[in-house]
Amino acid sequence: MSGSNDHHGGDMPHSTFKGYMTGFVLSVILTAIPFWLVMGDVIKDTGMTALVILGFAAVQIVVHMIYFLHMNFHSEGGWNMLALIFTAVIVFIALAGSLWVMYHLNVNMMPGLMKEYG
Amino acid sequence: MSELDLTKLIFGRLTLESIPYHEPILIITFAMVAVGGLALLGFITYKKAWGYLWHEWFTSIDHKKIGIMYIVLAIIMLLRGFADAIMMRIQQAWAVGDAAGYLPPDHYDQIFTAHGVIMIFFVAMPMITGIMNYVVPLQIGARDVAFPFLNNFSFWMTTSGAVLVMMSLFVGEFAKTGWLAYPPVSGIIKSPGVGVDYYIWALQIAGVGTLLSGVNLLVTIVKMRAPGMSLMRMPVFSWTALCTNVLIVAAFPVLTAVLAMLALDRYLGTAFFTSDLGGNVMMYINLIWIWGHPEVYILILPAFGVFSEIVSTFSRKRLFGYASMVYATVVITVLSYMVWLHHFFTMGSGPTVNSFFGITTMIISIPTGAKVFNWLFTMYRGRIEMEVPMLWTLGFIITFVIGGMTGVLLAVPPADFVLHNSLFLVAHFHNVIIGGVLFGMFAGITYWYPKAFGYKLDPFWGKMSFWFWTIGFYFAFMPLYVLGLMGVTRRMNHFDDPSVQIWFIIAAFGAFLIAIGIASFLIQLVVSYRRRDELRDETGDPWHGRTLEWSTSSPPPYYNFAFTPRVHDMDAWWQMKEHGYKRPEEGFLPIHMPKNTGAGIILAGIATVLGFALIWHMWLLVGVSFLALLAVTIGHTFNYDRDYHIPADEVAETEANRTRMLANHV
Repeated sequence: MSGSNDHHGGDMPHSTFKGYMTGFVLSVILTAIPFWLVMGDVIKDTGMTALVILGFAAVQIVVHMIYFLHMNFHSEGGWNMLALIFTAVIVFIALAGSLWVMYHLNVNMMPGLMKEYG
Repeated sequence: MSELDLTKLIFGRLTLESIPYHEPILIITFAMVAVGGLALLGFITYKKAWGYLWHEWFTSIDHKKIGIMYIVLAIIMLLRGFADAIMMRIQQAWAVGDAAGYLPPDHYDQIFTAHGVIMIFFVAMPMITGIMNYVVPLQIGARDVAFPFLNNFSFWMTTSGAVLVMMSLFVGEFAKTGWLAYPPVSGIIKSPGVGVDYYIWALQIAGVGTLLSGVNLLVTIVKMRAPGMSLMRMPVFSWTALCTNVLIVAAFPVLTAVLAMLALDRYLGTAFFTSDLGGNVMMYINLIWIWGHPEVYILILPAFGVFSEIVSTFSRKRLFGYASMVYATVVITVLSYMVWLHHFFTMGSGPTVNSFFGITTMIISIPTGAKVFNWLFTMYRGRIEMEVPMLWTLGFIITFVIGGMTGVLLAVPPADFVLHNSLFLVAHFHNVIIGGVLFGMFAGITYWYPKAFGYKLDPFWGKMSFWFWTIGFYFAFMPLYVLGLMGVTRRMNHFDDPSVQIWFIIAAFGAFLIAIGIASFLIQLVVSYRRRDELRDETGDPWHGRTLEWSTSSPPPYYNFAFTPRVHDMDAWWQMKEHGYKRPEEGFLPIHMPKNTGAGIILAGIATVLGFALIWHMWLLVGVSFLALLAVTIGHTFNYDRDYHIPADEVAETEANRTRMLANHV
């Protein structure tokens, strides 16, 4: 965090053809597997399938960030990582909080509706 | 038939009936605004100032001029917002029992909505953005912000939103929903008119400006600090600005998304926030407060920063507990995301959820309390000078602590069940916003005015403004606490019970005292301008400041610093003075600076037209202005003539002038 006065991110990793290809191939694989899971009806339970797909999506987000957005622990003197962690915390708070709040609201105020949802 | 379609295509919903010429109050207001506006335009034309304004201000990308324009916008909108306030005070003091007052409910509802929207989005926000814009680059030793053109564009987008809100006064109507436009009242069934659409598009357009200026200042603080200024040597105001801009960048997209969904519900018949078709009204309230609570910290953090600078300058001491101040700011930044439900305890989420959010809310008062003690300890045994900024600071500490305590009271869910939606709540948030944000901004304006204009503000009228504001505040809002405890709810335009009237009369009296406070502030500007030779600051350091903005001349040259300062300690300028810093007087180099451009004001002008067309369903104009917006944006990317070098001779001459001025002074 020394006072860097220049405007050049000299420590940005250089993008290479190999890097982009790795990212691309990984993305294709991570997309193809969920596609196959659904089309081939591999897991009987649809709820389970949805969870697995979400898991693959999360992994793919990481792949994109590493290979396409060139994120790592030291780019821009660590600021990128700090921003990412902060964003993740805020998104987690907003999503988890909203789900929690709305779930309790529905239990308390719309008991009939909750039965409908099972 | 086809002729009718053509009219609809061009004018949409807009007909002559939309002009409220049958409402005498609006006609008189319109006449006054028109006469005043024409007089102003005539005066500018008479002085042949259009070219000057265009080249030196409107197209300027100098962060200092943009900062000043933000504050001018905020002061103009303060007058409008305050006019709304005093109209409400008169109505409530009058309309008791048989008296109906002078504002029909339909009009009254628009006024309280406009008052809230204007005061938050077009007074408080431009005011803090303006001060941050002006001060932050100077404080961190930078020559401008990271993206100077974006800065100009952000300002004009904010102005564009303000223009749309002002238009709603005379063309059509404004929302009657309260400042957060909760559905189902803001839905298309309950509000079929243009009011909510004015609300949505004004905020969306201004929101673009707010978000971009947040990104801009954030990058500026992270990337452009002077060499040697590590984060823990950064002035506290810059720290609070950093945290505020982090909050802006993280929170405003939520508002944008919520309003976009509300717009989809209204324009395309989707069902995000409807009561049927699987929509959920409460989700709107949940989401808008995920933005709304960080928003109040966006407003108050820079005010905390201003007070920190002022307390340490006028106590002639280093700020007590600098590190704890920084940590408190960061803790508030994160915690501000974890309390939003306290705005709707009564919605029915039950005791588990309510107690969690009640406790997190109370926890926030700990870092805030730490800050208050830090300010008090900074003053303890300091050589306090009772200049006007210090008066505002003392007024703030007392008033804000009262507001904070009523806030903690409201954080107790059972108490909130009694007091929610009452005037107690109204009194609480005015207590913290006026006592915190507004006092902070007046303190900041008084403190940095000599830096911006080269002369101090007249202290007599400053004290008048301070005392009328403070006493007026207590007269205007303490009765509302009483009324709230008596069970009087907010947003009423008539009361049956005559026993409440006396409190409203006292509150109205307070509002008139505040009016004198505002008038004193305006008089102060005029008087100070006329006495500018006596009040002149030739040193650039009129208060014996501690931070880098005082090391340059008042007003600073457009390149801010001839040489980028080197920082060895916190309170960099104080340390430089202690060590007998000598200003370099030769060896100047050409300075690379960005060039003015009209693209910002043109884009924002087109955005205003687009917003207006969307509000009135003028689909042809929507298409045309949207294409124009794209065309100008793309066109601007081909503008390669964006920067220039100030020749070394010119820098040398400017600096030599300053040397002469400093020599004259001593």
